[in-house]
Amino acid sequence: MPSRWPRRAALTALALIPLVFLAVFFVLPVGGMVLRGLHPDGSWALGDTWSVLSRPPERQALWFTLWIAVLGTALTTALGVPVAYVLYRLRLPGRRVLRGIVVTPFVLPTVVVGVAFRTLLVQSGPLGFLNIDASWVAILLALVFFNLAVVVRTVGAVWEGLDPRAEESAAALGASPWQVFRTVTLPALRPSIISAASVVFLFCATAFGVVLILGGTRYSTIETQIYLLTTNLLDLRSAAVLSIVQLLAVVVLLWGAEIARSRKQRTTVTAGRGGLRAVRFSDAIPLALTGLVVLFVVAPLATLVVRSLQIDGVWTLDNYRHLASDGADNALLVPVWQALDNSWRIAIDATAMAVVLGVIVSVLVTRRGSTRHTRGLLTALDGAFMLPLGISAVTVGFGFLITLNHPPLDLRSSPILIPIAQALVALPLVVRTLAPALRSTDERQRQAAAALGASPLRAMVTVDLPVVWRPLLAATGFALAVSLGEFGATSFLAQPDHPTLPVVIYALIGHPGAVNFGMALAGSVVLAGMTALVMGLVERLHVTSMGAF
Amino acid sequence: MDGLVVAGVGVSFDGDPAVQDVTLELPAGQVLAVLGPSGCGKSTLLRVIAGLQVPDRGTVSFDGADVTGIPTHKRGFALMFQDGQLFAHLDVAANVAYPLRRKRVARAKIAPRVTELLNLVGLPGMEERGPASLSGGQQQRVALARALAAEPRLLLLDEPLSALDRALRDRLATDLREILVCTGTTALLVTHDHDEALTAADRIAVMRDGRIVQQGPAADVWQHPVDERAAQFLGFSTILDGSGADRLRPLLGAGAGRRIALRPGALRVDPRGELIGTVRSAATVADGIRLRCEVEAIGEVQAYAETGTTLAPGDRVQLRLVPAATAALPEGPAGR
Repeated sequence: MPSRWPRRAALTALALIPLVFLAVFFVLPVGGMVLRGLHPDGSWALGDTWSVLSRPPERQALWFTLWIAVLGTALTTALGVPVAYVLYRLRLPGRRVLRGIVVTPFVLPTVVVGVAFRTLLVQSGPLGFLNIDASWVAILLALVFFNLAVVVRTVGAVWEGLDPRAEESAAALGASPWQVFRTVTLPALRPSIISAASVVFLFCATAFGVVLILGGTRYSTIETQIYLLTTNLLDLRSAAVLSIVQLLAVVVLLWGAEIARSRKQRTTVTAGRGGLRAVRFSDAIPLALTGLVVLFVVAPLATLVVRSLQIDGVWTLDNYRHLASDGADNALLVPVWQALDNSWRIAIDATAMAVVLGVIVSVLVTRRGSTRHTRGLLTALDGAFMLPLGISAVTVGFGFLITLNHPPLDLRSSPILIPIAQALVALPLVVRTLAPALRSTDERQRQAAAALGASPLRAMVTVDLPVVWRPLLAATGFALAVSLGEFGATSFLAQPDHPTLPVVIYALIGHPGAVNFGMALAGSVVLAGMTALVMGLVERLHVTSMGAF
Repeated sequence: MDGLVVAGVGVSFDGDPAVQDVTLELPAGQVLAVLGPSGCGKSTLLRVIAGLQVPDRGTVSFDGADVTGIPTHKRGFALMFQDGQLFAHLDVAANVAYPLRRKRVARAKIAPRVTELLNLVGLPGMEERGPASLSGGQQQRVALARALAAEPRLLLLDEPLSALDRALRDRLATDLREILVCTGTTALLVTHDHDEALTAADRIAVMRDGRIVQQGPAADVWQHPVDERAAQFLGFSTILDGSGADRLRPLLGAGAGRRIALRPGALRVDPRGELIGTVRSAATVADGIRLRCEVEAIGEVQAYAETGTTLAPGDRVQLRLVPAATAALPEGPAGR
């Protein structure tokens, strides 16, 4: 059919834009980084790979990453599922506010969470008596704090849409509430739980900022070890080996999550049959857990805000006033407000890129392939754009520095590099928010529009736009919040005289002095406030696919 | 009394009454159909009886014991939905075995029981099929087998056949009736389809705007609709009063009231017919030719002719009244 060709060519051209972006700004830097490690001085040095992995520090990092991620995933899932039940299944007064509170941490900048947990757990802090500051427990708690939102949103969205009549049938057939949950509800939720748990595992295993801040020198994950090896020890070969290990683990995990997710989309979800039900006495345990979780989420943030308003126990705004300075002992090269300004400019550029690319990728991956071949290609494409989610931001950041440093791509000192890196981080989240909405529109609606004389573009405006504008706006806000808080890649790429707010906060905690720490607290509150504000606005759009995997 | 008694049940949603002061009786071993248009509150009533909805007022009791406060899974009632609600992750055998597993029936006894039930509903040998591979009618049969496996004191059916096409629905309604009778199951079904109600049930309760407006043995309700709207809902297409009713009354003999309801097949073209009409339009349908006829003193009514008759607008025809397709209505205002 000759008439199909122009359209196919247009789609291919469209696909090329994000693919080229991914190739230049992801495959090239990561590949360069890996090559630099394994192929130094023009010859392969694979033989040393195993020796790197068997060295005590690397072995320790691998081991620690594995068990902290397993523990973090288990705890997050165990807490997240009952909370999802309470917040998405029960007619609980104030559930919207509670949902907002529980999912806030996901978009909080890692440095803010690190600082907040330290404030909570230090000897002089409210939970100082627990004596878990700078221990693995602190890291574990911070990981759970971060990732609860993933489980609550992912499982909650599915739970909310489950047809209650399946459960009612089971109850009428003599199944007790627990048996109903075990035999009917859980099997229906299982794909979403697996999907959420694998994403949480991914985030736990690749966490950078919190581990760096809370782990001190005692605990190191693969990610912080890569950072240490590249920046402090300049041992690129070992860093590359670790990056490859991480890359392989991530690919396997994403593949597993993809299988679980496609199975989730196959289970029929009949939306909105008034699934909420009244709170019963038997809900006491999940309700109590939810209360605990809300407290757990609020406590570090509340402590952070309170401490930022105090100096030596006296209430004052001085910490905020100091933000106009460059810190005690010239800890910084620019005042914090300057960094804040940088953060916004960079985040807006990054958001624009992530959204444009995200729309293109979403439109492409939600096409229904006509042949098995095309369908496979689309799934692969979908997976490829999820990769940046799991690759060490440090690898990407460092890869940028070593591969984009010569013509024609000499971008090393270009200010565009940071927004590109941040867009890469935000892109998968944009796609994950938009694609379900695009997928939800019935192809027959478009066909009906076409049959009524609408051009393909016109049909999209008529059919897709009304469904997509909310998720699009939500994805934009999401990308903005993520870019504002991005730390891993930015910390590599930011010029000392042109830092972003998270980079400045990290620099401040690294410098001694109460004034600097006070400024870090105030800066964290400002940063958290901005992301929370953006996410609060986004939350009002009620887009369930956002932050769900 | 043995069986189900619903007394004075009322349910409101945010102040809007959905079910008002409903009182029903269903003797053990019988089948009751609650018949009403969509939105009349019949499904809410079913949910109250099942224990899925707590009523604001009134009680539900079974075999003389009040069950209003007893949770669904302890009532010993089974529930079957419009679309079956088979558990998609279990095969047919596991679906049917579900209530048996809940009752901790010995594993060795489960398989023969499942086979027996599948034979009963006409699906022998389907044990290992997945629900997704079944047709809509087959899914409903499995759902029925699963519900019967629970050996419920009362089987509740929510529009059990509405999702199926016409021919399948007629056949399955007959099968359903047979299965319920031969297993001696006490059952309550809600439906908006009067044919389904009449085929499957011993008793019919007509529900409207949250209230039961009429209940009794199926034949009684069928022949004596309580008012015009009930008559229309039971499938009577024309309601005559005044001169029209006067014209027909002599043909029906004693007992005909002031107002007479006609089913679509109440008038047939017949050379010996007592009424004269003029054909306004004619359309061929499955069981004959459907006519709109202008009849003197009555007005425009629907009539049927045998297939093969040639009729055109303007033709004059003689029409015979079929008494069995009429019903007398009590006094009340006419008009639509």
